[in-house]
Amino acid sequence: MTATATSSVPSSAKKGYGSMSRDRQWALRWSYFFLVLFVIFFLTPPLYMLITSLKTSQEISAITNPWWVFNPTLDNYKELLGSGTFLTFFRNSAVVSISVVIITMLIAVPSAFALSRMRFWGSGALATGVFLTYLIPETLLFIPLFKMMAVFNEYTGIELINRWWVLLILYPTLTVPFCTWIMIGYFASIPKELDEAALIDGATWMQTLTKIFIPVALPGIIAATIFAFTVSWAQFLYPLAFTTSESQLVLPVGIITTLIKGDVFNWGQIMTGALLGAAPPLIIYAFLMDYYIAGLTAGATKG
Amino acid sequence: MAEVHIRKVVKKYDEVLAVRGIDLDIRDHEFVVLVGPSGCGKTTTLRMIAGLEDITDGEIAIGGDVVNDVPPKDRDIAMVFQNYALYPHMSVHENMSFGLRLKKFPKDEINRRVDEAARILDITELLDRKPKQLSGGQRQRVAMGRAIVRNPKVFLFDEPLSNLDAKLRVQMRIEIKKVHQKVRTTTVYVTHDQVEAMTLADRVVVMNHGVIEQVGTPTELYHHPRTRFVAGFIGSPAMNFIPCTIQESGGQLALRVNDQISFPVPPARAQKYSQHKGNGSVLLGLRPEHLTEAKSQPEPGIVPFDANLEVTEPMGMETFVYFPINGDTICGRVNPTAGAKDGAPLKMAADLNNMHLIDAKTGLVL
Amino acid sequence: MVDATIKNEGSVMRADRRNSLQKAWQRKSTIAFLMTLPLILLILVLVIYPALYAVHLAMLNKSMQRFVGLSNFSFLFTRETFWMVVWQSCIFALTAVFFKAIIGFFVAHFVHNIPDKGQRKWRGMLLIPWVIPPAMSTLAWLWLFDPSYSAFNWILEHFGIAGIPWLGDEHWARFCVILVNVWIGAPFFMIMYLASLKSVPEQLYEAAKIDGANWWQTMRFVTLPMMRNIIMITALFSTIVTFANFDIVRVLTRGDPLDQTHVFATWAFRLGIEGGDIPLGASVSLFMVPILTIGAIFILRDIVKRGNEA
Repeated sequence: MTATATSSVPSSAKKGYGSMSRDRQWALRWSYFFLVLFVIFFLTPPLYMLITSLKTSQEISAITNPWWVFNPTLDNYKELLGSGTFLTFFRNSAVVSISVVIITMLIAVPSAFALSRMRFWGSGALATGVFLTYLIPETLLFIPLFKMMAVFNEYTGIELINRWWVLLILYPTLTVPFCTWIMIGYFASIPKELDEAALIDGATWMQTLTKIFIPVALPGIIAATIFAFTVSWAQFLYPLAFTTSESQLVLPVGIITTLIKGDVFNWGQIMTGALLGAAPPLIIYAFLMDYYIAGLTAGATKG
Repeated sequence: MAEVHIRKVVKKYDEVLAVRGIDLDIRDHEFVVLVGPSGCGKTTTLRMIAGLEDITDGEIAIGGDVVNDVPPKDRDIAMVFQNYALYPHMSVHENMSFGLRLKKFPKDEINRRVDEAARILDITELLDRKPKQLSGGQRQRVAMGRAIVRNPKVFLFDEPLSNLDAKLRVQMRIEIKKVHQKVRTTTVYVTHDQVEAMTLADRVVVMNHGVIEQVGTPTELYHHPRTRFVAGFIGSPAMNFIPCTIQESGGQLALRVNDQISFPVPPARAQKYSQHKGNGSVLLGLRPEHLTEAKSQPEPGIVPFDANLEVTEPMGMETFVYFPINGDTICGRVNPTAGAKDGAPLKMAADLNNMHLIDAKTGLVL
Repeated sequence: MVDATIKNEGSVMRADRRNSLQKAWQRKSTIAFLMTLPLILLILVLVIYPALYAVHLAMLNKSMQRFVGLSNFSFLFTRETFWMVVWQSCIFALTAVFFKAIIGFFVAHFVHNIPDKGQRKWRGMLLIPWVIPPAMSTLAWLWLFDPSYSAFNWILEHFGIAGIPWLGDEHWARFCVILVNVWIGAPFFMIMYLASLKSVPEQLYEAAKIDGANWWQTMRFVTLPMMRNIIMITALFSTIVTFANFDIVRVLTRGDPLDQTHVFATWAFRLGIEGGDIPLGASVSLFMVPILTIGAIFILRDIVKRGNEA
């Protein structure tokens, strides 16, 4: 902490301007030093993923330096991307995540609009309820939901367990409350006069939403979309509990359950799969970092 | 084109009375300004005319039709908001035409009207810009343009200039006046700035605590305020109120301020005031311009007295001087050549021909 | 929610002659209600109902044919593993949140210290652990901790230190799940704290400087009070999420060695889904409720407070 210590104020008023800027210099150096340290800590696992993914299985089991690739190869990538099951996982993940994003936005945006602008009986309680729902973790719900699906099957004959599309029903419980919550925040920041102007201009509530609110709150909608997508893509518990057949699995579960066969770990492929599984969120993050971070901080700072 | 009638209108928020039963008739083509301090009910009144607030009691008619139950879009009004409320994602053209497009006007007609309004406001070259790319004054014009294109029965302005800096405000004030001269639409304009009210209005409505204090032309309000509130609110610097008692000595009515100062009431007013003789709590209202340096030869109704100046404010063409009477700070206006200095005594004179006498208890001008 | 429209009708009748405008208000609440209906249904059917259903399930026997009251709970109380899970969950959550908060706080300061134009780049790199799906990044850790090929051990052995049984020893295994959790979560804290650092007006620091405050005083009287809200709420959020964590433990240790690293969520999964004893699994997961409730109450209080201030 001595690093930041010196950044703002010289410890003694007697010191001249020169010492102050020297203190700043040191603060800066220490900051960079620790930042480099933490970046190494934070980036080691993903880099190690990459290193391993470029190795042959011979090299992985050899007693050479594990941190270096002596014979780089793309075989792991070729093999995975050429395998039908892996592509099935990828497709399932993509279909599920994109559909969940659409479902989420269709539910969250109109709800947020109604809750932030069209006060009605119970709207305040509902907004708080939405937030509380966000705090209920999926680990509390998966067992009763599992049983509910079974009971549903008994009554209707419709099998829900081990169907990838059951995730379309389950994931919105994770995405909708938070997206509604941050959209309420974004909508609340739109001046009241804007909807009054629209009202005088003759817009209906629906037109006010689609022609004014959605375009104006577009950054918020992008942030919420990113959130919904990354949460859906990363979700692990629900697919693990609710899907088992290879054809129904999504990527994270697929990699862990099919590439780990008993005690045999094909680490080259596992790391390649993990890296490919991490790629979509990372790519979105790389291109839309500001929206990503806005969505991240919105939950606690808005509303 | 329409007149607006407000009849016994009341607005209650939960248990708070924001507007306490006001009556107002606004004539066709008239420019009426609602003015008053914040919380006086002027904005609420405007929003009730617009239909953005429902009316607790009474009725509002636009063009002869009672509009209490008519939603805003069907009232045929246009409103300019304090923060302009321009749609940030639309160009100026789209902003101005939004209402017409929602009403499914033909394209030619929309373009004709937008061009016409843009010409009136001199914003033709801004039509493709987004609000973000405009200056405050330009946004103000676009907000007005959006109102003009709809060719409504009534324009409603809600403190449209208060987000502008002082210099631009003066400019836009003139602009608004010009536009009104061109389009002649009945206008209701809300402001807390009495200068704006005075300069823009055909008639000014002074509101306070949810009631109308006085309605009149700017000059009427300035010269013949009916209440202490109006007297104090209109005019800058504000009118001085000096507590005094009415006394009669030797057939001459006089206002005794303290042991040193007693102002004889001019004969023209004596009869009017004599009935209040003995009323111990009256206020002498004098505007700063009627408290000047004493002239060498006496004039009727102008009474000299001695003042100890505390602070002087040279403004260039005039100097404001502040001096105490009975512990209150009184403002006078003297010639720059009168030799007014901080902390120095000055022979002042009160022009009682322009005095107002106010009952301190009722607040009414006598 | 049907009450919504009924109540409004009541007020219509009280008013004497307003029709269409009141009707418009009433229509407004109807539209608003319809707009929120999917949200309400989602919450009722997929969140509230299952939560209550969990309580019901927890009171059935294993075959779910008989109501057994609280005997699932009393059975759990006699199991040593249960108390171990309670202990491990609390240690896991509290330690992890504590270190996430500390690391997040310092890293946020380091980023804040360097010139503005470089901050974006550093921030971008530092947030990567949070962006990668936890199950995927935990796989990388699993590989780094591998008993025979651990890349960490290779480094240690390079310096002549004996390799560590990362996931084989219960103490080291506990350390590892916490380490991975801190690695994933610290960047989130960093981003939150950085955002709150940036929201402190520069004038406050200048005023403090003019008042002669030293670094510690500036931190104590300016920075920390301004950040207090965010520090608290981020920690509370994180406590809830960490306490209910599943992915990391599941992928890294599956609760091993000898169930020593299980937390509520993974143990409930083991018992309920894998072991087929749904009532017992539900009972275990219900033990998360008290902690979650406490966290939720604090967060809600903060939100209500801020709502009142606004």
